[in-house]
Amino acid sequence: MKISREDVLKVAALANLELSDAEVDTYRGHLDDILTYIDKLNEVDTAGVEPLTQVVAASAGDSTLRDDVIERCDVINEVLEGAPDPDAPYFRVPRVIEK
Amino acid sequence: MSAPAAWTIPEVRSALDARKISARELVKDFYTRIEQRNAELNIFLALSPERAYAQADRIDAAIAAGDALPLLAGVPIAVKDVISTHRIPTTCGSRILAGYKPPYDATAVTRLERAGAVILGKTNCDEFAMGSSNENSAYGPVRNPVAPGHVPGGSSGGSAAAIAANFAVASLGTDTGGSVRQPGSFCGVPALNPSYGRVSRYGLIAYASSLDRIGPFAHTVRDAAEIMSVIAGRDPMDSTSASVPVPDYAASLGKSLHGLRIGIPDDYFGEGIDPEVRQKIEAGIALLEKLGCRRVSIRMPNTEYAIAAYYIIATAEASSNLARYDGVRYGPRVPGGTLIEMYQKTRGRGFGAEVKRRIVLGTYVLSAGYYDAYYLKGQKVRALIARDFREAFEQVDAIVTPTSPVPAFRLGERTANPLQMYLADIYTVTGSLAGVPGISVPCGKTAAGLPVGLQVYGPAFGEDRVLQIAHGFEHAGGATL
Repeated sequence: MKISREDVLKVAALANLELSDAEVDTYRGHLDDILTYIDKLNEVDTAGVEPLTQVVAASAGDSTLRDDVIERCDVINEVLEGAPDPDAPYFRVPRVIEK
Repeated sequence: MSAPAAWTIPEVRSALDARKISARELVKDFYTRIEQRNAELNIFLALSPERAYAQADRIDAAIAAGDALPLLAGVPIAVKDVISTHRIPTTCGSRILAGYKPPYDATAVTRLERAGAVILGKTNCDEFAMGSSNENSAYGPVRNPVAPGHVPGGSSGGSAAAIAANFAVASLGTDTGGSVRQPGSFCGVPALNPSYGRVSRYGLIAYASSLDRIGPFAHTVRDAAEIMSVIAGRDPMDSTSASVPVPDYAASLGKSLHGLRIGIPDDYFGEGIDPEVRQKIEAGIALLEKLGCRRVSIRMPNTEYAIAAYYIIATAEASSNLARYDGVRYGPRVPGGTLIEMYQKTRGRGFGAEVKRRIVLGTYVLSAGYYDAYYLKGQKVRALIARDFREAFEQVDAIVTPTSPVPAFRLGERTANPLQMYLADIYTVTGSLAGVPGISVPCGKTAAGLPVGLQVYGPAFGEDRVLQIAHGFEHAGGATL
């Protein structure tokens, strides 16, 4: 096994993801399969190859930067309508700073 | 019950012009079809009748006034549920966005409506577009209208099935590793994944940003071309949209295929391809030769590494993009004692199994100590796959492959083994990584009546060429091979 239960729990904590014990076991097995499969990339000689992060600049030559101009966008009320605990004009969350 | 009639875009136009039907009556007809069969097929997650009838009434008023009609006047269209629609529920097939109504429209939707199209509603899909069967939707799988015991493909299964079931004239899907082309293949409808950067993604809810694209499904290649003419082109709201000029896609249709060199990569016909699919694709290539194409055998040596590179890059980007679903701004919240506990519980219960699996994998490959071995390595292999395509297009005008190594499989048949499901994406992820356009066009059916799709790849921004070839193939009887 390339992956331990602790590895899965550590990654789940990094991703703020609560997993049940059963999920930890299942994902451990799946991740192990997938990472073992991914090891086939080690067969490829990539010495001197630049990583390709995205293709638009390469193909279109115009990944454009624009001026950062502020424009009004009156959506606060509509956005807050969909929030689980709104307190206009804020989103309310559990207390993060102790007194 | 006989299937309701398919309408193409030119048929809608001539019926409206001849006053045989009003735009409102046409919309009503489509909603009646949907009511009759949606419970069985589970294609639509939300309908938007108020907005659809308002648009239809505008078209009818224009007709009554004798105004010139826009290109897509009155054309009923379905939109995948990962594409934002103002005040219309947009859930991405996920519980974590249950009840979410976007405060704005995606640019592709705005452009369709500006061209007169009528948005009928939102189509089911794999949760956050992650899947190849539509079985990862939190709202249940879509059934393939061609064979209801089978999957429609994914992730844009609802948008493909909406065409096959005659629930819409055209639809929008999204393709990250094959999610437009593969369901197009499984449902037997033309499905185009345009070049990366060709269609604005403003309002597309992100899965893997370096790969995600929006593309159309339609009954005919010509209709897909018409939709492309409307949605393609630079958008100041999406800095990754390209300012390459948009050609008149319909104008390239009907041109002879004589003399076009089509590359057949030996590397795409190895083990794992279903014998019936192979036989249909061979017949499809023979048909293209009969139309005057010249078959050229090519090598794309890095093909076998595409799945591994894809699942590193896509999951890494997904783990970052999906960090925003935390119970603060939208969707349901699961309470927790602390902020972090609230995040963990909301995400743990809001996301489904496949999404959690990909977040875990993506977080792992980006985490300290593994970044170089996985993410960076994946991006370097991606560069080699893009080079395979560039070098191939120095010798050929287009590349022809199967869309999927298998036809539609049965519901539940492949859910137990995620890696096996991933491996079937082999013919589509290559083009996704390279950023090139690819279309799936119907290429006969198996003995069991399941559609097979033939994929045509073109060079970046060569949509006109892949549409031309697919259209020629369709008109020569490709679907009934």
